[in-house]
Amino acid sequence: MRAAEGGFTPPGPADFVLPPIIAEVTKPMVLVVLSAVLIFAVTYAASRRAAIVPGKLQYAGEYVYSFVRNGIARDSIGSDRFLPFVPYLFSLFLFVLINNFYGLVPLLQFPSFSRAGFVYGLAALTWVVYNAVGIRKHGFIRYFKLQTLPAGVSGAILLLIVPLEFMSNILVRPVTLALRLFANMFAGHLLLILFTLGGEYLLLESGNLAYAPVGVVALILAVAISFLEALIMFLQAYVFTLLTAMYIGGALADEH
Amino acid sequence: MNTTPLAAEEINPLVPHVAEIILGLVVFLILLYLIKKFVAPNFEKAFTERTAAIEGGMKEAADAQAEAKAALEKYQAQLAEARHEAASIREEAREQGAQIVAEMREQAQAEASRITSTAHTQIEAEKTAAVQQLRAEMGAVATDLAGRIVGESLEDDARQRRTVDRFIEDLESAQTSGSAS
Repeated sequence: MRAAEGGFTPPGPADFVLPPIIAEVTKPMVLVVLSAVLIFAVTYAASRRAAIVPGKLQYAGEYVYSFVRNGIARDSIGSDRFLPFVPYLFSLFLFVLINNFYGLVPLLQFPSFSRAGFVYGLAALTWVVYNAVGIRKHGFIRYFKLQTLPAGVSGAILLLIVPLEFMSNILVRPVTLALRLFANMFAGHLLLILFTLGGEYLLLESGNLAYAPVGVVALILAVAISFLEALIMFLQAYVFTLLTAMYIGGALADEH
Repeated sequence: MNTTPLAAEEINPLVPHVAEIILGLVVFLILLYLIKKFVAPNFEKAFTERTAAIEGGMKEAADAQAEAKAALEKYQAQLAEARHEAASIREEAREQGAQIVAEMREQAQAEASRITSTAHTQIEAEKTAAVQQLRAEMGAVATDLAGRIVGESLEDDARQRRTVDRFIEDLESAQTSGSAS
């Protein structure tokens, strides 16, 4: 692509800045909206009948819903108070998962969450949710006490512990949550385009036949990396949802 | 936010587009609302109903089992009663049979003794008749015999009868004294 300048230009952050399709609307924006439409259409179709004996689609929908409901929400928040958070966690999981998987769908081929803005929004929302439920349950003062004062610690060490706990539980959590997802998607996509564009360049555009086998190896590796990416895409969606559930569970817990 | 290849050096991927933050949040919140309103309640409803159906089915099965057990117990009780009844009937029959046999035996014995006594009476009567006849004939035979021996005809009936009577009386007295002895 950029080989015209007389050599291979490795892909960089500029490759994530896509030109607008119409006006200010870019491809990731369209993809994000599409993901919401897809998720709602499929889950609604799967849950609509709510039959006692489920069909294939309902069974699949229930499988994913139970995975989030029992595997993430109930285990992290506690069986007596997890239910109100299930819709949030279910939506979050599917929203992140589908937007990640865009990176492997032919033609779409762009993980929308490699654009930091979307991720910041979701991480901020999780931050608001878990602090809000904690404050609503314990009250403002008691909530921050619970979040920053570990049980069984006293004396001068508190001067060290309290600011650290405040940092880690209130300030750093949304940042790490956002960066983990964003950086994984960003780096994964970068790696993929590096191997595919690099392989293509070596094979077709370098003009040196000796480079061609290396290009083939690079393209084969790109396929392997795609499979690795599929795993990472799922894992990041799972981790993002699981951590959100754990933060909510921690905010609702009566002890630190 | 227009980017040109020349600006590539300055792009920091960590700096977000405000438009993307807002769009992402809005889209997600709409999705959350729809899921919360239309999807999650249906899944929960299916779970609840399925649990209820399974528990209901299990209760129904337990009920049916209890019912079957009750019926079995009832039949067994009836069977035991019937057996008991049959045993008592058999016992009664045996008793009755024994009674009948005893009665029959008694009857047979009575009959036998009756027949025996009848026979005795008859024999006695026949004997008496024979003795009577003998007594009547003996006179004539003895007279005839004596006539033949004496050689004279004992024509005189009166005397003859006297003689015979006397003879028989002697005979009878001898007999009675003989039989008495």
